[in-house]
Amino acid sequence: MSMPFYVSPEQLMKDRADYARKGIARGRSVVVLQYEDGIAFATENPSRALHKISEIYDRIAFAAVGKYNEFENLRVAGVRYADLRGYSYDRKDVNARGLANAYAQTLGTVFTTESKPLEVELVVAEVGDSPAGDQIYRLSYDGSVADEHGYGYVVMGGQAERLGAVLAEEWRVGMSLPEVLSVAVRVLGSAGEGEQGEPRAIAASQLEVAVLDRTRPRRAFRRLTSSVLEELLAVAPPPA
Amino acid sequence: MGMDHAASPGRLPGAFMTPGSSSFVDFLQGHAPTLLPGMRDITAGEAPATPHGTTIVALTFDRGVVMAGDRRATMGSMIAHREIEKVFPADEFSAVGIAGTAGLAVELVRLFQLELEHYEKIEGTLLSLDGKANRLSTMIRGNLGLAMQGLAVVPLFAGYDLDRGAGRIFSYDVTGGRYEERDHHSVGSGSVFARGSLKKLWRPGLEATAAVRVAVGALVDAADDDSATGGPDESRRIFPVVASVTAAGYVRVPQDELGRIVEDVLDERRAEHRRDRRETGDTDR
Repeated sequence: MSMPFYVSPEQLMKDRADYARKGIARGRSVVVLQYEDGIAFATENPSRALHKISEIYDRIAFAAVGKYNEFENLRVAGVRYADLRGYSYDRKDVNARGLANAYAQTLGTVFTTESKPLEVELVVAEVGDSPAGDQIYRLSYDGSVADEHGYGYVVMGGQAERLGAVLAEEWRVGMSLPEVLSVAVRVLGSAGEGEQGEPRAIAASQLEVAVLDRTRPRRAFRRLTSSVLEELLAVAPPPA
Repeated sequence: MGMDHAASPGRLPGAFMTPGSSSFVDFLQGHAPTLLPGMRDITAGEAPATPHGTTIVALTFDRGVVMAGDRRATMGSMIAHREIEKVFPADEFSAVGIAGTAGLAVELVRLFQLELEHYEKIEGTLLSLDGKANRLSTMIRGNLGLAMQGLAVVPLFAGYDLDRGAGRIFSYDVTGGRYEERDHHSVGSGSVFARGSLKKLWRPGLEATAAVRVAVGALVDAADDDSATGGPDESRRIFPVVASVTAAGYVRVPQDELGRIVEDVLDERRAEHRRDRRETGDTDR
């Protein structure tokens, strides 16, 4: 008969974190970027049906990387949370902070109490009346929350660190939508295939792109179809 | 995912994470049934006097459908409100107008709008027009208990059917019965008079402005004979809510444009009465 091993809490948590991190790094990256009139989300995703970027509420959107079934479940829960809150109080009383907290509690509890952590990383973003009012929260598999407002961009999943370095070079405050989209496409393509792959150009049809546009009334979320995206990228100035 | 959520406050409750339903009403039924309008316990007996909304009209035209509602709410013989709005966008391609107990009706509309938006967000696609009409039917049926006590809600639903490329109108009874109407329909206390008016004014293939004129005309006729329906109020510039739903979506007719159309309709009627007086030689009237 085998004896149960003693595993220290530190080791247990580290194993779980490694497990979750590996799962998340396997997928493609999602980038979230602030621009003058809102917040843009982009990822390489040939599927037109299985979204990584979605609308949660009037001014709030959701982006995720990792295991589809797990983040899809969280997305649906977020829509229910927001709609219930808006119905019980008022539409104005639904905000990204409350939702980010609920997600953080959920991810944190699963991480510490259940046999397997959720292999997901999320961004919950809310567009304000001006760029200063925008909120971007990044949530990790263990329930930790980072308030990314002030940096203006987030990269998660895939080769997030490498892409983050490229983005830090290219992103500026007050970019227009075409400018910010061309940065997003270049950054996503800079990862290449494999570990040290060459940068490549990603076709518009292979991208899933959406924006929270602060100039739109009520529902700010809008998906950019590949034809709209091509038009926008065509008018973007070439990189400096 | 575990189901023991009582142990971790702040975590999203289990019902939120249960996959399956795209309906907000179904979710409420399971998670917070007291928030549903028809699920409340109320004591038996006569319901107290509450504001009632009155007349809604809808008619099809060449590019879609027009819906209009007067602005009056009555409580017994008193005017409870003269600016109430009873026509709402249900979603981008449909409109809902309500007659009956105003408080319940407005809540029902709010829930119906949310139901459609919730489905759209979860599924990533719009419900069919028939699907929307059926959801409304289910929600009306949920209100039957209150309707039996005199707190009935009677909606009129109209929308642009993206599959057929045409406007369609649906009426309901308090038991949730759903009936598709041809060309035009009206509900509420002034509906008898509005229907008569629509029958005479409506023509196949009306264009948009003409359709708005017909809707305003029908409401003016309803207000003429029904004390609970408010006509256009020229001194306060309170006009009916008129909206059109076409392939381009729900658009409320702007106040200025509506003001001109109302003025036109009323001018036409004044002219007819003047002619009537001249022809009968009755100059005292």
